[in-house]
Amino acid sequence: MIHPLIVAYATMVRREVLRFSRAWFRTLLPPMMNTWLYFLIFGSLIGPRIGTMGGCPYASFMMPGLVMMSVIVSSYTNVASSVYSARFQRYIEEVLVAPVPRWLSVAGFVTGGVIRGILVGLLVLAVAACFVPVSFHAPLHGVLMLLLSSVLFSLGGFLNALYAGSFDDISVVPTLLLTPLIYLGGVFYTVDVLPPFWESVSRLNPLLHVISVFRYGFLGVADAPLELSYAVTLLLMVLLFLWAVLLIRGRR
Amino acid sequence: MNALEIRGLRKSYGGAEVLKGVDLTIGQGEFFGLLGHNGAGKTTTLGIVSGLIRKTSGTVSVFGHSIDDAPLKARACIGLASQDCTFSQFETVEEVVLCQAGFYGIPRSRARQEAERIFRRLDLDRFRRQETRELSGGAKRRLMLARAVIVRPRLLILDEPTAGTDAAARRSMWDYLRELNASGVTVLLTTHYFEEIEQLCGRAAILENGCIADLGTVPELSSRLGEKRLILELEGPLIPGLPLRPSPLGANFAECTYDPSSGSLTDLIVRLQSQGCTVRSVRSAASSLEEYFLRRTGDRPL
Repeated sequence: MIHPLIVAYATMVRREVLRFSRAWFRTLLPPMMNTWLYFLIFGSLIGPRIGTMGGCPYASFMMPGLVMMSVIVSSYTNVASSVYSARFQRYIEEVLVAPVPRWLSVAGFVTGGVIRGILVGLLVLAVAACFVPVSFHAPLHGVLMLLLSSVLFSLGGFLNALYAGSFDDISVVPTLLLTPLIYLGGVFYTVDVLPPFWESVSRLNPLLHVISVFRYGFLGVADAPLELSYAVTLLLMVLLFLWAVLLIRGRR
Repeated sequence: MNALEIRGLRKSYGGAEVLKGVDLTIGQGEFFGLLGHNGAGKTTTLGIVSGLIRKTSGTVSVFGHSIDDAPLKARACIGLASQDCTFSQFETVEEVVLCQAGFYGIPRSRARQEAERIFRRLDLDRFRRQETRELSGGAKRRLMLARAVIVRPRLLILDEPTAGTDAAARRSMWDYLRELNASGVTVLLTTHYFEEIEQLCGRAAILENGCIADLGTVPELSSRLGEKRLILELEGPLIPGLPLRPSPLGANFAECTYDPSSGSLTDLIVRLQSQGCTVRSVRSAASSLEEYFLRRTGDRPL
């Protein structure tokens, strides 16, 4: 007999996966389209004029950053929109009245975001493979950071949804906070090219660490020590998880 | 062991105290009604019991499980049908019900069999593949009940379960609720239909200003009314000088106040007849419970 909590968790995950897969043309297709455009413009048209970055051809350098950007945005928006919809239509009650610990409720929503993030990451990687040769320097680091970053940003989306007072609020945070952090986190360049002051500031950006480890998994080049990047990511993940559980416990 | 024990329950939102020390005990197998005006604290009380709202102070136990010390065991006993239709607008009827069962740890294959039976009983089987936003108001209410029942609750909490349903659907739901209660399920019901309380509940309480203002069996509460308001249908128009008031129902109708302790209803009719006023029929202006409730709580609208 399956433990009731496993059944509950599987039900939450199933519902989340069904939710985003029903609207695949809105959830899975746009990141592929964006990546195709990025590679067309920055990879094929502008990339050859830039030459190399971090010792790699520009298009190859950019590829892990673009994949990670799609993973981060997809994980974040999936959980943010799912939890906010559940709050708005009040069907979050279905989970809250059930004999399920609050941490498991958070885990259920977050897992949905993780699955979408990883799925989008794989699809974007497939698009990237049409433009650049894909090779793996340290695949375990790549896979581990793919997982950790999707968990981290799913938790971010969860918190955003709990604080949001309207649908606008769940798009404001990605636009005003997430997008600048992604663009300044080394998707398109290595922080070595920045002046010393801005290089130091960039190292405070948690997204730089996520992208750095992920790029290391493909190309063997990193903007920060791997141990530091893992520590920053794990610490943020634990803090956001505790914050999310405390918030959902302390409702009304 | 009681199905529900509430002691000194208080809840404040900011500075406003909504519940001011509610004490309530509901025995196993009871069908219990909770009455109160809008804003009296009914939904807040049910929300705290079912784990949706955090209390400020007091204790709540469901079948002996404290909602503080054993919240999962307490919630496992409860099936909730909220006042509003709180399900995803984009899921099918079947998915809503099976998901709720899943959240309670019921495997999908078992839940599917149970859902078949409930859908048939509540006339939802023809809607099972439809998205919930396509349902009528009555079907949505039945879905709320199906979702609460699929988890096989020992305590079924129903917050205005028949609001917006037509008379036939309401009576069909009453029959189903009676069946559930007869099978051992304890039911806690709030409603604005006094007839519903009179038809279904053994005991009821009146919640007023955040406290239990009165509690007893339904006949006890109705009998506390004393005077009743009657509507009389007359053979002819109302004759001036009689202890009757005109009724908005028409010229051949009149209203009067009747106190059973001052004489029988027959005496009243005979007395009117002797004064030239023939009474064709008599009925109560409102249910006795409703009359009592309105008098007890100051005649404000529900």
